[in-house]
Amino acid sequence: MDFQLSQEEEAFRDEVRAFLDENLPPDDQRGPSFGGDWLKKIQEKRWVGFSWPKEVGGGGGTIMEQVILKDEMAKRKAPALGTCFMGLAWVGPSIIQYGTDEQKQKFIPDILNGAQNWCTGYSEPDSGSDLASLKCKCAREGDDYLINGQKIWTSIAMWSQWIILLVRTSSDGEAKHDGITCLLVPMDSEGITVNPIKNMSGAAVFAEVFFDNVRVPVANRLGEEGQGWQVTISALANERSSIAEVHGLKRKLDEIKELARSCQKNGRPASEIPSLRRRIVRAETKVEAMRLNGMRFLTKQLKGKPLGSETSINKLHRAELEIELGEIGVEILGSSAGIRSGAGTEGGGKWQTYSLNWPEVVIGGGTPNIQKNIISERILGLPKD
Amino acid sequence: MNFGFNEEQELLRAEVRKFLDQNASLGEVRKISEEEPTGFSRRLYNRMAELGWVGLTLPEAHGGVGLDFVTLIVLLEETGRTLFPSPLISTVLAARAIELAGSEEQMTAWLPGLADGSKIGTLALLEASDRYDELGIELEAKRDGDDLLLSGAKQFVPDAGCADLFVVSYREQDRIGLALVAADASGVTAADHPSMDLTKRIGSLTLDDVRVTPAAQLGGSESAWPLVQNLIDIGAVLVTAESVGAAEGGLAITTEFAKQRVQFGNPIGKYQAVKHPLAEMYVDVESIKSLVYWAAWLIDEASDELPLAASRAKAYLAEAFPRLGIAGVGLHGGVGYTWEYDIQLYLKRSKWARPIFGDADFHYERIASRPAEQGGL
Repeated sequence: MDFQLSQEEEAFRDEVRAFLDENLPPDDQRGPSFGGDWLKKIQEKRWVGFSWPKEVGGGGGTIMEQVILKDEMAKRKAPALGTCFMGLAWVGPSIIQYGTDEQKQKFIPDILNGAQNWCTGYSEPDSGSDLASLKCKCAREGDDYLINGQKIWTSIAMWSQWIILLVRTSSDGEAKHDGITCLLVPMDSEGITVNPIKNMSGAAVFAEVFFDNVRVPVANRLGEEGQGWQVTISALANERSSIAEVHGLKRKLDEIKELARSCQKNGRPASEIPSLRRRIVRAETKVEAMRLNGMRFLTKQLKGKPLGSETSINKLHRAELEIELGEIGVEILGSSAGIRSGAGTEGGGKWQTYSLNWPEVVIGGGTPNIQKNIISERILGLPKD
Repeated sequence: MNFGFNEEQELLRAEVRKFLDQNASLGEVRKISEEEPTGFSRRLYNRMAELGWVGLTLPEAHGGVGLDFVTLIVLLEETGRTLFPSPLISTVLAARAIELAGSEEQMTAWLPGLADGSKIGTLALLEASDRYDELGIELEAKRDGDDLLLSGAKQFVPDAGCADLFVVSYREQDRIGLALVAADASGVTAADHPSMDLTKRIGSLTLDDVRVTPAAQLGGSESAWPLVQNLIDIGAVLVTAESVGAAEGGLAITTEFAKQRVQFGNPIGKYQAVKHPLAEMYVDVESIKSLVYWAAWLIDEASDELPLAASRAKAYLAEAFPRLGIAGVGLHGGVGYTWEYDIQLYLKRSKWARPIFGDADFHYERIASRPAEQGGL
């Protein structure tokens, strides 16, 4: 075992730290112009799309450099590296891997500079966990595709200019995922209707998206016809070990500890109640396990082996922790947890909100039951369900 | 950056696995643990000592191999996998106490014998109060000139029945000390109890005015409590490493059973009610591995982060391993309940592993009660 950074890696870490010293004020001293200035500066550094090849405008960072960058940024509570979350996380990588030169030139710059937002049209009302059963119809008409169907749970659809869309171009294939094609579609196309859906915390972040004779040029197809499943899978494989998530969970834990110290329960600070102490440190132990699991995955990547189903381990931990930390929070609050907002609500009701928002992480991107199928079938070798 | 094992360590893993496959199948393990009075095979233990595995972490100057604890973890994961019975961990810990606090004479007297398998050592820390904190040490030492006279009883002593050397914690007024007590010294009585897990022996040690000369007193006049704590931390790490190997072995047996056993026309492993608990076990096993590899590395680095890391690893194990043992037996159905099927051996091992060097309650509370500026509550 060896946790030393190489000389180059240390130099890079120092560069990041120096940049943060100079450009990142503490989070309570960030003025209204901060966001724009920050984005410009990190773009100049090519830290937006840092993992992407330099030819397309990325930073060409090594795996270790990417980890160092994310780690240092998260430790200092820096804003995200770029604003177009889905574009940076999987749309961009898919276009880089499968796109034509024209597509790369057209889309990549606007993902990097955040000029355009992307949303993701995968799930349908009858195709959630069983995504490959999707039915959104797509017929070829000359140089165009004609799309008819519906998507759902499409996050930020109402604020996006583009959607990466999975459609069915054929039902003849042997397997369900044959005949799925990936299209890049402008959200202002004629025939698209977006209906935001209010979630249980009261906010509307995802939406239903309807396609009624929507016409897009064949040039907007990503990859070959029928190759959509492969495009999607390899994009999701771009996920890195969960460094950033661990920092987020650690921050939540710090807040929980602070809350436990400051709130009285049955006449004493909540932090003195043995059962709560055990729950909190158990959660902390799982976060540490996630961090160390992530380092083992990273070691594997550094040896040139692609990550496989083992990333489901940390997804399961995270799912459990997002729920558990919210539950500990509202349990500490006691009766006042029932008050949603208003004067005297602890932290403006943030624990109430947090305890209602876990489905975004826990359900989105594969439910815990799906993760367990993945582990038991692909790693343990049990028969497919 | 490499959070993994190097080539030599992977070779050692393969070598140990081969040795155990050839010499200590589960059938053989049952035979040894049920028939040998001391619960282990002297012949196999000596073979392992010859291969350098018992003295792996001991200094070369005293008959050891001088490798690190991360390497020992590899060995323990493998001995755990097939529940191989041996006083290896006990002996390594006793030797570690001497290495950390002993004089040159004490090292020369004991370490070569512990490394070559001719002597078995063990820590005798717990008493009837079953407390791993300082107050748990009540065994009294009376001064007689430069000598000490120890009287009292130690409980839950691993491998008490076969040990040649006990590293005994005692209290002399307010000071905690450690003494090297030979099993054949006058006034020493040691015996194993009938244990639940036949592959692990625990017993008691009774001392009746046992004379401890300065040559057998470990360390100086300072309190030995920090050393005892360090030994508990290392013990927790070693037990966790061996136990996660065992947990992985139990998971493998249950997974195999789920592939073979057919009900309602399908292997039961096809059903989510069966495959999901197995996936949960896998998540736990891999997570414990990560925690314990990290803790072992901190032993080698002599880091002050070791207590926290050791507590996290042992706490997670102490919760997850018994859960895994129970689920393993449960998923086997009726045959899991029989003496004949192997999965029950793993359930019993989990019950041995839970309390030794601190259970989940002990370790979680230790984590929670660290100072607030270090993240405690």
